[in-house]
Parts: sequence; structure tokens; C-alpha cells
Amino acid sequence: MATETDASAAEPTLEKPTQPAGRPTPRSSWVRVAESFAMFRNRKSIAGLIIMAVFAVVAVFAPLIAPYDPLEKDYQSLRQAPSWHHLLGTTHMGEDVLSQIIYGTRGVLTVGLIAGVLATFVAVLIGVTAGYLAGWKSESLSALTNVFLVLPGLPLIIIVASQYDNPSIILISAVIAITGWAWGARVLRAQTMSLRNRDFVQAARANGEPLYRIITVEMLPNLTAIIASSFVGTVTAAVLGLTTLAFIGVIPITNLNWGTILFWAQQNGAFPDFWWWYVPAGLCIALLGIALSLINFGIDEYVNPRLRSAGERARAMRKKGLSATSGVTAVRMVDATPGEDGTSTSSKPAG
Amino acid sequence: MRFLLRRLAFYAFTAWAAITINFFLPRMMKGDPISAYLAKNQGKVSPDAIESLKTLFGMDNPKPLWQQYLDYWALLFKGDLGRSFSRGLAPVSEVISSALPWTIGLVGIATVLSFLIGTLVGSYIGWKRGSKADAVVPIATFFSTVPYFWMGLIVIAIFASRLGWFPASHAYGKGSAPAWDWGFIVEVIHHGFLPAATIVLASLGGWILGMRNMMVTVLDEDYITVAEAKGLTPRRVLMRYAARNAVLPQIQSFALSLGFIVGGTLVMELVFSYPGVGKLLLDATNSKDYPLMQGLFLVISLAVLVANILADAAYAVLDPRTRQMEA
Repeated sequence: MATETDASAAEPTLEKPTQPAGRPTPRSSWVRVAESFAMFRNRKSIAGLIIMAVFAVVAVFAPLIAPYDPLEKDYQSLRQAPSWHHLLGTTHMGEDVLSQIIYGTRGVLTVGLIAGVLATFVAVLIGVTAGYLAGWKSESLSALTNVFLVLPGLPLIIIVASQYDNPSIILISAVIAITGWAWGARVLRAQTMSLRNRDFVQAARANGEPLYRIITVEMLPNLTAIIASSFVGTVTAAVLGLTTLAFIGVIPITNLNWGTILFWAQQNGAFPDFWWWYVPAGLCIALLGIALSLINFGIDEYVNPRLRSAGERARAMRKKGLSATSGVTAVRMVDATPGEDGTSTSSKPAG
Repeated sequence: MRFLLRRLAFYAFTAWAAITINFFLPRMMKGDPISAYLAKNQGKVSPDAIESLKTLFGMDNPKPLWQQYLDYWALLFKGDLGRSFSRGLAPVSEVISSALPWTIGLVGIATVLSFLIGTLVGSYIGWKRGSKADAVVPIATFFSTVPYFWMGLIVIAIFASRLGWFPASHAYGKGSAPAWDWGFIVEVIHHGFLPAATIVLASLGGWILGMRNMMVTVLDEDYITVAEAKGLTPRRVLMRYAARNAVLPQIQSFALSLGFIVGGTLVMELVFSYPGVGKLLLDATNSKDYPLMQGLFLVISLAVLVANILADAAYAVLDPRTRQMEA
């Protein structure tokens, strides 16, 4: 037992659902595309994706949905509690909180998406390369990954962002991505290392397939679940990072997002009385986070079938009147008892 | 032994990387806030301090880069991190060391508590999988996705402003000075309760979910079946067989997530005006106090590194396989 196998217990193991992207069976490319999204085909992932889709629609159609302009000031109605005119009340300047949240979705999703794509790209590049190569090249890439895992991300982001007077969205996303790619790279490296020695990869190599083809056609399809999960993970981290940066005022307030709303609320004495000003923004961050974790739970269960079946099996057993915690013994006892003495076949009391 | 040496080499490398990043950060930034500050405060800064600031911030341009790098290391070994602009030119190392105990006390205790509680709760839920205990999972997910600072603000709004049970900010009352007597200690605990509780609440979810998932996976292993077949008490199977194995990855992820925890709790200190490292970093950011910012990043990185080493050592003690594999 080496530590590698041990660590892989914590990381998803792709035992069951691997479908080597083979050429033999002639399938339409659509079927293959659909297959590579199989990890989203469960209740949790779909629920998460639906919530994400709602947020995405809100972000894209913000000007149509929002009842007011986010910065439109109405000095007749300052700090008003929610009413039919302002569904989520108004700020100290009479701005509509609901409109700010709707427009703020744009900032959050843009940065989350850009940072997620950048970080995932780096993670795949470094993780898969480190997993496929061997020797010192692999070790040094892995050491690089570990350094970025250990370095505290948020302080680094704060310091880098504060060096600029007016950091752009791209810069903020890039900095968040730089501090966020390492975890995905680590998991990808472990999985690639185990794939490298599987038969179908060996066969491809023996057939003389070029390296880029082995990696993109043979290996990547088997890594999609992990890549997706690391993408979702970095988006979560990016959303939290962005709102935190905005809240502490490192990001210019012209970039409207949920963190900026909380920044204004705190600066202008919203706490504790004007709850409509600060509660919705926080709940939106939490809801987005929950949606992303739901997607990831779904991927986890796809990758590790034990997670999926555990609750169902235990519930089924309890229905039969067996205790789930000592379930295995209970089932075996039914088999074993008649041999010892015929009187008590099912010794387990119901309930 | 080889395992230990490898880990040590890795940590030495990481420490070197952190220090080197710190060396290059100010050299990459545009403009030169340091000379502007020095020009404004001519005569107030001693020549010695100017010299070290120039080395730290790369203003000794005529020198070749490697020379600057060596000088920088020499300064670090002397413990000289420059002078803090926003704190009356006090040495950065002194400013940081006055804030460090507060952060280590608060964040350290809260993190360890959260890890212990979360792991215990998680192993129980994994054990009772499929029962009503599963309801904890969505609640834990919710708390783990709420941003730290927002939860802190809500907690202040409820328990400090509305109910008035706890003070809303600072580590101790305005009138008292730090001392080792009961009155002061009680005061510190009273002030620290809300921030600590918030950190525990916000980070608990991750530990619960991680442990629960590991338990569910481990409980399917054959050695659990064997343990149950032997007729061991469920309690013994839970603690000695299942939880003991499931906790190992938890400890590893504990080490890895320290960096994130530190980041989250920095903002916590801002919300609660707690006089720790995080508050210091954010104050330094707002007042563009670059020497203090650089020094803080270095100290925080090294602190996370030390915590990682401790977690690694604990892992090696708990899991004999890490030691055996090399032998």
C-alpha cells in the first residue's frame, strides 16, 4: 500500500463509468457528446444546473428584468423597506436593491466564468502533463502544484489587486485563477497517472498514436468528470473570492456585484436595521454556492457509486426492519441461523 | 526517514518560493510608491531604514538583480522587514508580532474546534446513512457556501446589536490593558466568542461533508464486514475501524485547506475589528502601506507552512503506511 493509493481514496476514483473513447463502435458524434455529459444526469446535478441557468438568464437579460437602473437615485424614497414599488427596498441613496442584485449577477458570473475557465485550462495543462510524464519533469510540475496549494490565496489576491488603482475584470479573474488552479491539477495528475498504465492507453501507444492524440482522444474523455468538478470548484472559489474582495473594497465600486452591495451596505450603516439591504445579496451568494455544490455532489456520486447507493440501501434495509448500521451481520444471520438451531430464523426484532 | 526528508525538502522549497514571490511582487508593480513616500517624509526616516526599504522594494536599481536578491535574503535573516508607513515607521516585524498572537489564538482554536466537531458529526451521519441524520447534509452545505464575512455581519446584527449578549468588536474592552489575570481572560473570551463561533459555523460544513463521504466509502470495505461479523460492538466498529480510517484524508485536506481558512478568517477580523493579522493586512491595503503588506504576506505564508508541517507529522504518526512505504 503506497500513499498514492491511499490518497486516491479521498479523490474520486473512476472505476465504474469509464467508457474508453474507442473507435470500433460506430456511434454518431452526438451520442458521444451526450455521453461525456453523463455525470450531470442525476437529480442533484440537474437541480444545480437549473439554478445556474436561472442566474445566467437573469445576468444576460438584466436590463429587461430589472425594474430600475441599478444606480438610479430616488431621493424621495431612502432606505425604504420592501414594498410593491421596490420589492427589496431601497438603499441610502434611494437605489433599488433588487435591480442592483440583478445587475450584480453579471459581475459575479463573468468573473466566476473567466476565472473558472482560466484555472481549469492551467489545471488540465499542468495536471495531465505531470501525470503523463514521468521522472523529474513530473516531480517538478507536482512540486509547483503543491507550492500553489500551500500559498494562502486570498492574501496574495488582496496584495496583487491592491497594487492597481483600477484593476480590470480580466486582471481580477486572472489573479483568482492563478491562486485557484492547483487543486484541480493535483487531482488530475493522480487520475492521469492511473490511466497511463491502463490497457487501452498502452494499446494506443503500441499502435503508434501520436502523443497529442493519446492525450486528447484517449485520455481526456476519461477525465471529463474530474475536469468538470474542478471547474465547478474553481468557479465557487472565484465567486467567494470576488465578493470578498469587493466587500473589503479592493475592487473598484464601479464593478457592480453582490460583494459591492454588501460593501455599500456596511459603509452606510445598514447593519443591523435595514435587513433588506444586506440579507438578499448574501443569500444570493449562498444560493449560487449551493447550486455549484449540488452539481459537484452529482459528479461525486457519478464518480464514486458508493456515495450514490449508500443512503438508498440503508433506507431499504430499514424498511425491512433491519438495522442499517450492522446491516451486513443482520443479513448473514438469516442465512446462518438455521444451521445452528432451527428455532429462531430471523432473530432481528423489527423496528 | 526518507519520507520525512522528502517532505522537509518540499517545505524548504515552498518556503523559498514564498520568499521569492515576495521579492518579485513589488518589482513587478507599476509606479514607485516608496520613493514618493520617502520624498514626502525626508529627514524622518533614518538612513538605515531607507537602505533596507530600498532593498526590499527594488529601488537599488543600479545593482544587478542577483545582488538585490542576496541583499534581500540578508535582511530577512536579520529579521528586518522594513518600516511600516501607516504605523509611525515602526519596524514591520514588531507590528506583526503584536498582532500575531491574537490571530493564532482565535483562528487556531476555532479551526481546531471546527475540525473536531465536524469530523465527529460527519462520522455519525455517515454511520447513520439513510436516516433522518441525512438532513444535516443540506444544512451543512448551506453554511459552507455562505461567505464568512456575511455570516459575521448577520451574527453581529443578531447577537451583538439586537440581543446585546456579546460585544460586537475588538478583542477586549476599551478600558483594560492586556494582563494575565482572570478578569482580562474572561473579557477576551467574551469578546472572542462571536468571531470564533462564526468561524466554526462557516467552516464546519466542509468537515462534515468530507467526513460523511469518507465514512460512506469506508463502511463498504471488507474489513468493516469482518469486524461486524466478528460480533464487535457497533460502537467499536464505528470508532476503531470505520472512523479511524475515514479520518486520514480529512487530516490531509485539513492541511491543504489551511490556506483557504486563513484567507476567510482575515476578512472575519475586519468584520469584528479584531486586532489580528488579517485586520492589519486590510488596514495596510487601505493605507497603501506596502512594506507592511509584504511582511504580512510572508508571515502568513510561513505560518500556513508551519501548520502544514504539523498536519503532515500528525498524518505520519496516524497512518503507518506513509512510513512503511519507503522502508
